[in-house]
Amino acid sequence: MLKIEGLTAEIDGKQILKGIDLEVPTGEIHAVMGPNGSGKSTLSYVLSGREGYEITGGSATYNGLDLLAMEPEERAGSGVFLAFQYPVELPGVGNANFLRTALNALRKHRGEAEIDAMQFLKLARAKLKELQMSDDMLKRNVNVGFSGGEKKRNEVLQMALLEPTLAILDETDSGLDIDALKIVADGVNAMRGPGFSSLVITHYQRLLDYIVPDRVHVLIGGKIVKSGGKELALELEAEGYAKVAA
Amino acid sequence: MNAQPSNAASSTAQAFLARFEGLREHLPGRHMPWVARLRAEAAELFGAAGLPSRRIEAWRYTDLGPIAQAGFSEALTLAPETPALPTMRAAWRAVFIDGRFAENLSVLPQTYRCGSLAAGLDHTQSWLGAQAEKLPLVALNTMLFEDGLLLDLPAGMAGGELELLSLASHAGRPIAFHPRHLIRIGDGASLTLIETSLGPAEAVYLHNPVFEISVGAGATLAHVRIQREGRAGFQLSTVQAAVQAGGTYDNFTLNAGARLVRNEIHAVLLGPKAACHMNGAQLAGDGQHADTTTFLDHAAPDCASRQTYKTVLAGKSRGVFQGKILVRQVAQRTDGYQMNQALLLSEEAEIDAKPQLEIYADDVKCSHGATVGALDEAQLFYLRTRGIPAEQARAMLVQAFLVEAVDGVTNPIAQAALAEATGGWWEREAA
Repeated sequence: MLKIEGLTAEIDGKQILKGIDLEVPTGEIHAVMGPNGSGKSTLSYVLSGREGYEITGGSATYNGLDLLAMEPEERAGSGVFLAFQYPVELPGVGNANFLRTALNALRKHRGEAEIDAMQFLKLARAKLKELQMSDDMLKRNVNVGFSGGEKKRNEVLQMALLEPTLAILDETDSGLDIDALKIVADGVNAMRGPGFSSLVITHYQRLLDYIVPDRVHVLIGGKIVKSGGKELALELEAEGYAKVAA
Repeated sequence: MNAQPSNAASSTAQAFLARFEGLREHLPGRHMPWVARLRAEAAELFGAAGLPSRRIEAWRYTDLGPIAQAGFSEALTLAPETPALPTMRAAWRAVFIDGRFAENLSVLPQTYRCGSLAAGLDHTQSWLGAQAEKLPLVALNTMLFEDGLLLDLPAGMAGGELELLSLASHAGRPIAFHPRHLIRIGDGASLTLIETSLGPAEAVYLHNPVFEISVGAGATLAHVRIQREGRAGFQLSTVQAAVQAGGTYDNFTLNAGARLVRNEIHAVLLGPKAACHMNGAQLAGDGQHADTTTFLDHAAPDCASRQTYKTVLAGKSRGVFQGKILVRQVAQRTDGYQMNQALLLSEEAEIDAKPQLEIYADDVKCSHGATVGALDEAQLFYLRTRGIPAEQARAMLVQAFLVEAVDGVTNPIAQAALAEATGGWWEREAA
């Protein structure tokens, strides 16, 4: 389980997270909702290990491991996956090569044998079919020239191949039309099960129609101000953050 | 400022001249008056100029001081033992050890003239030296060359692939060798020449090759150069290529080895619709200096030239790119493009880039660009969140940076040799 206690963090001397307390038990999907500037992206970056954030207090553990003391690749190795709000373009890096390198790095971390190009292609094609995506995705450079929707689909493809046990989705719904949104949600729902947890970070309730959360937390001003069941998302949508938080 | 060459540089020049005096009765062509005259003229030019110093604009960023200090003063009369040879990939291979043709290690085509220059010198009158420019290092080569590749591909012949392998031996003392390669591709003929230079890690030596290349009308020469000299070695190379109407000269050069390398390429497009592609990659780690200097001379109308150079610098290293494009008045409708980009992996690395366009024709499309940058932290983080360790992620981004330059190499044998030379570079530098 993911356990965050009293987490405070700042960037460039400005405090963004002001004491986050949050638990996501194994097998559950939790949503973190908040307005712009509430610290949503900072939370996802701090959990995945991006440089430039100063942790000033508190802790974050995953299955008892001190996440904050680990390199980003070690966090990935212990099952954590970050789906980016703005997936990064990698000109000159082929998507197939990228995905296979990542998969083999994780396999190596877990003490499993690497898989060769042929085995990988077979696996990737099967996943693409499940996700209703085109094989062309593999031939292109990572995210280069991808539409916003294609980039998010590529994030979901990575998640499906790398099979994390904790997926942090950072505003994965931003900039998606309804069809793309469904594909992304289907990808997450397909992974749902007793060994999979997810932290779905979003501004809008819309995504939660498709990925139904077990719990909803409201993040405002760097703190969780309210938690509840899935109906809390609808309440926020109807009444706005200001009223619910008050 | 002192107007005289530094003492070390000038004494090195004197040492090369003294060596020429000592060797001139032993060098190939000594009985041919025209060769003796070429060598004497070269000695005169080199004697007057000496080793290029940084006071010369073309050498502003590359200091040959370390070569002067190494003192390659001894005569080259070694009988080297055979160094280990890399796997042969092409059907044909010409091997040179310390600048001299190794017949027993070579596998040569029989259908055209291809072999030792020293053995075939009598066929090269009015050919040898015809394209040689009055440059000090070319003069040094003319003065002292002992051998080289002589290749004369007849018109219309498809020459396939040929490897040119240059190996430095464990001489146990600083040696210098100056191979002269004469290459003529007949009208409509084609050849892929894959050249690899290797040397022992610790050996101090100077490899100073000069290529005189002529590409006939409608002919194609793909020239892939993989420079993997030992890290204590020096390479100063000059390629001089002349391309006739409708011909193509493709040069790809990888600079991955040597303590100091200067790779100078001069190409002149002499007939309409001739083309020249110069691409390259330089990978320099701690203590290395890599210099690519190009000169593209558009001397006929409707010609095209493309240059893409990528330099990656790690540790305390220095990279240089100088690229001049000259478009003569006659060269209307020239299409020229030059791009050079550098990736700095350390704060101690330094790149100097000097693009230069000189255009006298009025109907011309000519562009150039240069960029310098570090690895993108966002890209690095993205790879690491997918479980790829930091050093492996950096290596992937270095490879990705090279792609545009390396993609110009289409021959599978050349691609394989190139992949072997660049693969694992960053992992080794980071170790």
